[in-house]
Amino acid sequence: MNAVTENRHDQEWLGGTSIGHLKRHGEVDLSHRVILYLEDISVSFDGFKALNNLHLTIDAGELRCIIGPNGAGKTTMMDVITGKTRSDAGRCFFGQTIDLSTLSEAEIAHAGIGRKFQKPTIFENLSVFENLELALKTDKRARVSLFAWLGDDQRDKITDTLKQIRLDKGVGGADRPAGLLSHGQKQWLEIGMLLMQDPKLLLLDEPVAGMTDDETERTAELFKSLAGKHSLVVVEHDMAFIEQLGGKVTVLHEGAVLAEGDLATVQNDERVIEVYLGR
Amino acid sequence: MTRTPFVIRFCNATPKSGWIALGIFAAIAMLLLPALHLVLPPEHPLHVSAYVITLGGKIMCYAIVAVAMDLIWGHAGILSLGHGLFFALGGYVFGMYLMRQIGRDGSYQSDLPDFMVFLDWKELPWYWAGSDSFLWSLALVLIVPALIAYVFGYFAFRSRIKGVYFSIITQALTFAAMLLFFRNETGFGGNNGFTDFKRILGYGVTTPEMRVTLFALTALVLMATLLLGRYLVTAKFGRVLAAIRDSESRVMFLGYNPLHYKLAIWTLSAMLCAVAGALYVPQVGIINPGEMSPANSIEIAIWVAVGGRGTLIGPVIGAAIVNLSKSYFTMAFPEYWLFFLGALFVGVTLWLPDGVVGLWKRIQARRVA
Ligand SMILES: Nc1ncnc2c1ncn2[C@@H]1O[C@H](COP(=O)(O)OP(=O)(O)OP(=O)(O)O)[C@@H](O)[C@H]1O
Ligand SMILES: [Mg+2]
Repeated sequence: MNAVTENRHDQEWLGGTSIGHLKRHGEVDLSHRVILYLEDISVSFDGFKALNNLHLTIDAGELRCIIGPNGAGKTTMMDVITGKTRSDAGRCFFGQTIDLSTLSEAEIAHAGIGRKFQKPTIFENLSVFENLELALKTDKRARVSLFAWLGDDQRDKITDTLKQIRLDKGVGGADRPAGLLSHGQKQWLEIGMLLMQDPKLLLLDEPVAGMTDDETERTAELFKSLAGKHSLVVVEHDMAFIEQLGGKVTVLHEGAVLAEGDLATVQNDERVIEVYLGR
Repeated sequence: MTRTPFVIRFCNATPKSGWIALGIFAAIAMLLLPALHLVLPPEHPLHVSAYVITLGGKIMCYAIVAVAMDLIWGHAGILSLGHGLFFALGGYVFGMYLMRQIGRDGSYQSDLPDFMVFLDWKELPWYWAGSDSFLWSLALVLIVPALIAYVFGYFAFRSRIKGVYFSIITQALTFAAMLLFFRNETGFGGNNGFTDFKRILGYGVTTPEMRVTLFALTALVLMATLLLGRYLVTAKFGRVLAAIRDSESRVMFLGYNPLHYKLAIWTLSAMLCAVAGALYVPQVGIINPGEMSPANSIEIAIWVAVGGRGTLIGPVIGAAIVNLSKSYFTMAFPEYWLFFLGALFVGVTLWLPDGVVGLWKRIQARRVA
């Protein structure tokens, strides 16, 4: 499919929804090399400030790690970016031109932001293959799905991803129900679903929780190979994993950025040590 | 690889065993039983009586409704407790045509249906316009329920009304419609509804030939419904529905708009019910607002639960089991029917969560092991 028809499909699809921000859609404008820009974001729940004037800039192709104690607001930040939670104040831009606060969840997904949730959410009653099939980047309108069928190139793409996330082998292979997978495998399946969407920006909330050391290491390899072509934001508690990833680290605390830099720098930062040890 | 033609994909959606079963069913319902009814004299031991044909036709209508219910409940996880409304609407729309076909043979020998003469109306209300046309009535059988389902579904699904709230609202919808149809002024015969039908397309409605024609037609529609349902649930469309049932918000983050999917299957399901209702009324010979009672809609859900949710064929079996027992009970011990139905539902919920089909699968699995 060439870029022009793809665009038209996007727009038709959006035409079916009630929100009309068609003009701003299309390619993400990366002219200033910034893919995600959060400015002064605040979110409060019943008076409690989960995010407090949060500033964050992610460059195109970057692999960014976000750490912070429980309740620091890491998941809430992802909720704001993906439209699940609306911020009370502040601005949230994808590229130079797309204002995320005006788009619905589905529109944000279409614009090119994919997300892996903290709790793995896959479709337990569908097979591994079908989970990936639904995630595939394609025309997702109902009337198209009625007649849709998988082309050879799409099948190949699913097969490739299955290999990448190592779910092509084992009992039942790709045909086993996703509900039967181990916790680590579910995490991988969800990562695979993200890859099928071919997003420009991947948000990964605790992707290696429940994985064995071996699985964790392979996940780090996978993420590093994705950086450059994609931008990644990884939230993790597992410091060994963050070290393997080797990117820039942002420390969140009480809804705001506490420190930023490479892992060694932030680990030696007085305030960071205090936040982590002072509990 | 070239694109597989749609017809072939449609046919492949049903496995070979399914096609064989449908073939056997077609031979029995469309050839054997009609022949045994028409050709053999009543005293012959193999003669099939009018009672059996009518009961069979009625149960097949219910089976169509059950499959429609399975599409929305079993496959999309949306429990409608108002599907009796769409069934009744289809019945009423076709009933209007049947009333017009009575012509001047009614008790008042008027051009107007008897109940209108009784109300001292001088002409047909505007919404009866065109009801003497067979084709227009058939079109309305589809259009009216589709429109109502679409508008209702649009607002309900857009407001993200789910689960038990949705079920309760659909109950209220059918209940409200029943009250409306009970009123004489609504123009659909009040609590007597429509009855005393005489003809379809000029042919007598109670003749044996018409009886087997309607019977065979119902069998055909039931088979078509099963094939269509099978295609829908094996197409990507059906997998998106299953995904919505599992986790709707996840589906949205993948870039699907669940509203359109739910609305499509909901409206289709309503239309299938309406077709079943239109086939039901000439066979049973009556339609009244009782068809819209909340209990009727709940019974539909019981058929599906008894047969096995999400299996398409299970609901057909469930509709047959429940309704055959109903005809037996209402003749043998009429006062115990509701107790039996309640016990059946509780029993199935406790011991057969996947219904009769689930039981069958468990037995098969044990035999293999
Ligand atoms: N929907 C909500 N309603 C009320 N409070 C909320 C809601 N969501 C989050 N919070 C609160 O906001 C704060 C930030 O939560 P968040 O889930 O973003 O933390 P986190 O950094 O992801 O923590 P963890 O490492 O435990 O996942 C917490 O104190 C949490 O209790
Ligand atoms: Mg979190």
